[in-house]
Amino acid sequence: MMQETPPKVPLRDIFRVFFTIGASSFGGGVTGWMHRITVGERGWLTNEKFLAGLALGQVLPGANVTNMAVYVGQVLRGTLGAGVALLAVLMGPFFLVIAVATLYDTAIKIPGFHSAMDGIAAAAVGMVLRMGTMGALHGCRKAAPGVIAFGVFVAIGILQWPLAPVALVAGPISVALAWPRGPGRGGLDA
Amino acid sequence: MRENPLLGLTFILVPFSLLSIGGGPSIFAPLQREVVDVMHWITAREFIDLFSIARVAPGPGAMLATLIGWKVAGWAGAIVATLALFVPASILTLAVARVYDRYRGRDWHTALEKGLAPVAVGLIFAGAISIIRLSGDGALTWAAAVGAGLTLTLRPKLHPFVVLFAGAGLFVAAEMAGLWPVVAP
Repeated sequence: MMQETPPKVPLRDIFRVFFTIGASSFGGGVTGWMHRITVGERGWLTNEKFLAGLALGQVLPGANVTNMAVYVGQVLRGTLGAGVALLAVLMGPFFLVIAVATLYDTAIKIPGFHSAMDGIAAAAVGMVLRMGTMGALHGCRKAAPGVIAFGVFVAIGILQWPLAPVALVAGPISVALAWPRGPGRGGLDA
Repeated sequence: MRENPLLGLTFILVPFSLLSIGGGPSIFAPLQREVVDVMHWITAREFIDLFSIARVAPGPGAMLATLIGWKVAGWAGAIVATLALFVPASILTLAVARVYDRYRGRDWHTALEKGLAPVAVGLIFAGAISIIRLSGDGALTWAAAVGAGLTLTLRPKLHPFVVLFAGAGLFVAAEMAGLWPVVAP
């Protein structure tokens, strides 16, 4: 299951994959697609490792997409990989967002423009839901992680509490509960 | 700072980069204060337009900063704003990821991975809800989202673009049928 040393991935592949992800990340939900390509199609990292990086990326400042690019790039090829992934994931959006800005006044008059954007966003949410469900089936089958996941969802998604305090409370509690226990495992001796 | 827009963009956006916990949305309010009320670089109307464009175009919503830079100082402004907003947070993430990676296999590392996973799952679902809320919370949005998720589960080889464009087509059709209102940005 757990891969200790991932196979060496060419920088060119990292660039290609993250450029594609960045340039086609319409309407949010891009982490769902990133999960699909890096974990599912390419097998670059395990589901567990991806989710750990996603949690780190969401807790740390910065956009989820760029943080995940840096995280996955670092896992695959260290600092260089992180730099390549960051550059690649931003390059498409950089030019496209400016292109859209120059076309916006025209595009906004096209009938159905906003509806098409809403539809893309809704479908992208579907990928996010799928990723969340896979993560829940994988890591939240016991009571404690299930309660943590549900609590975080309610606090951030429903009650719209600020992320920082919620993460600073839920994170340490969840990590403490997940601490390996058993004969001969000292816990803090690591 | 007012005289040199590139310097001004850097001084405003670098601290925001390190405060953008949870991504772009957490800094939109202070960003509007700085560029509209304090610096008078763009009007409130322009800010809202740029915000919509960043949402419609590919990439993180925080690409709003790129557009502000572009508006303020052309291509140089766009490049400086993008680097100022994305590089500091990325360096922090890289530093944490490196420390994190170096101690693989230790107890605390296993606990961190297993413990952070449920937090991530909660945040993923919260993120899905917030996107749905932004794009008009309705039965059609939910149906399309669940449909897209199920389709990709049942047909793992299907290219996500197919599903995204199907979503776009569905909503345009719904608008023609009078089922989906045109939501003003």
